[in-house]
Amino acid sequence: MEKSEYLSLYHQMVVIRRLEEKAAELYQQGKIGGFLHLYIGQEAVSTGLISARQPVDRVITAYRDHGVAINCGLSAREIIAELLGKVTGCSRGKGGSMHLADVNKNFWGGHAIVGAHLPMATGLALGDHYQGNKAVTICMFGDGATNIGFFHEALNMAKVWNLPVLWVCENNHYGMGTTVERASAVSEIRQKAEGYGMKSERADGMNVMEVRAAAQRIIGEIREGSGPQLLEIMTYRFRGHSMGDPERYRKHDEVVKWEEEDPIGIYRKYLIKNKIATAAELDKQDKDGLAEVVDAVEFAEASPEPGPEELYQHIYTEE
Amino acid sequence: MARMTMREAISQALWEEMERDPKVFIMGEEIGVWGGTYAVTKGFYDHFGGERVRDTPIAEAGIVGAAIGAALTGCRPVAELMTINFAFVAMDHIVNEAAKLHYMFAGSMRLPLVIRTVSGGGRQLGATHSQTPDAIFAHFPGLKVVAPGTPADAKGLLKSAIRSDDPVLFIEHATLYQTRGEVPDGELLVPIGKSIVQRPGKDVTIITYSKMLEISMKAAEELAKQGVEAEIVDLRTLRPLDMEPVITSFKKTNRAVIVEEGWKSFGVGSEVSARIYEQAFDYVDAPIKRVAQQEVPLPYNRTLEQMALPQVADVIAAVKEVL
Repeated sequence: MEKSEYLSLYHQMVVIRRLEEKAAELYQQGKIGGFLHLYIGQEAVSTGLISARQPVDRVITAYRDHGVAINCGLSAREIIAELLGKVTGCSRGKGGSMHLADVNKNFWGGHAIVGAHLPMATGLALGDHYQGNKAVTICMFGDGATNIGFFHEALNMAKVWNLPVLWVCENNHYGMGTTVERASAVSEIRQKAEGYGMKSERADGMNVMEVRAAAQRIIGEIREGSGPQLLEIMTYRFRGHSMGDPERYRKHDEVVKWEEEDPIGIYRKYLIKNKIATAAELDKQDKDGLAEVVDAVEFAEASPEPGPEELYQHIYTEE
Repeated sequence: MARMTMREAISQALWEEMERDPKVFIMGEEIGVWGGTYAVTKGFYDHFGGERVRDTPIAEAGIVGAAIGAALTGCRPVAELMTINFAFVAMDHIVNEAAKLHYMFAGSMRLPLVIRTVSGGGRQLGATHSQTPDAIFAHFPGLKVVAPGTPADAKGLLKSAIRSDDPVLFIEHATLYQTRGEVPDGELLVPIGKSIVQRPGKDVTIITYSKMLEISMKAAEELAKQGVEAEIVDLRTLRPLDMEPVITSFKKTNRAVIVEEGWKSFGVGSEVSARIYEQAFDYVDAPIKRVAQQEVPLPYNRTLEQMALPQVADVIAAVKEVL
């Protein structure tokens, strides 16, 4: 791995963290409507995971999608603009926080019905299989999504047809405010893959290099025809489920304990300890990341709203 | 012209489109090895193979979801739901995903997807397998809802649906498969979103679609013997709804009866009559009548079931009320 790539991973994680902090501010100022689900604490999951994909590989995720969008190569500008409902947003202000996408970057959204995108992921892989594309579909979802029927239909079909899907469960310990133990018959989510004859493993989602290594290996196996596999990535969200979450379901101490496992801090220490980057170089990344987000906010605030004609566009393709 | 059944017409449309475009494939429960529970896809598996005639598990949400995903990659899947009653199991993917992705992602995602399914009662299948809930699906912008009443329209509309880049719910009727009609030879494409006059007349306008077209035609024949000439407008597509032939006919006859198989409340008749009042109020000579299914879950017993379904006599009686 080149030094620039190590730095790129760090940079992406910093941009996500700063972008989410800024989004929280904008939300509190009333500039972002609807729901806002922050990715703070989980940055290493999608950063490590998506760094392991090739451009042909498709990514689809749930509604906690800002970080994934950054990792897929969307700019902070088009993400913040979408959050502000501006026409310069990646979905022209029609999707909002939960519906970011850029199909040209093989990022297939941002889907807000829990678990509903899993059968669609099976379909993306079916489409690639049908057309002979050597692509892998990476489908991310939370622990909560593994309790809904869609999960089981999607995994079963993917295995029956031996489709190239990497199922990635981001286990952040809570489906909204309900612990995994209170909602799922097995608390080790990866065990659910066994019921579908699928290989599975767990990785530490606070360690970007560990996530990346596991994803690289498994994506390679899937590309070579192993069939679908499930990767459970253990992580933790430092903020509430969404803005305005009273967080009555967990103790402050628990959050503090996890914050000590900050994925950006862990990676920073790793880079310095292994002499891959100096503190000064990483400080520069911190500064650049913040500048990128500040610029994005300025861009988004200066951007126009969609015009009234946009209301009736894109209902059907043939207009 | 060839005379054929609705089943043959639909089967021919699928076959021709699969031969024409390798991106078209079909998927659903028992469509392959079995040959389709209504035998529409009989012979397809042997000819096209299991990749293009994909048998699926009994998992409707999975079927529609996977078809959506495949459509996003540029394939043109035709997913079959054995009956529309099972579409409720896949409701999220039909109305929350298929109907919305193109709009929500500002046109960047395209869904050249057809969901074929079977609606209608009259086969003594009991309350859960006999519904005609077509109107529910027509409620959602972003979805196209097609329900042909003749073999020619079935063939031409299905071919158009397969070539459309929008998601289309294609509703066939369980008791129309044996219905015969003339189907033009060669390439046949019928545009989606166009209503049509199926029988000219001057005294009253009957607006209907799907199975109720057959019932309405029979009623019109009876009425003709009594000196009443009914004009029949077949909607063919419920969304987007083409009111033009309806309004044109109504301005001529000033009287309308709407015949649908589903329940009257919040139904096709409610929508069409409201639009006539909105668009042609000055032409109204009599209150518009609606003929529809009795507001009960459809019973198994044959006599009771037929009591609940709209009959030729109900249409004749309604026409006489508006004359």
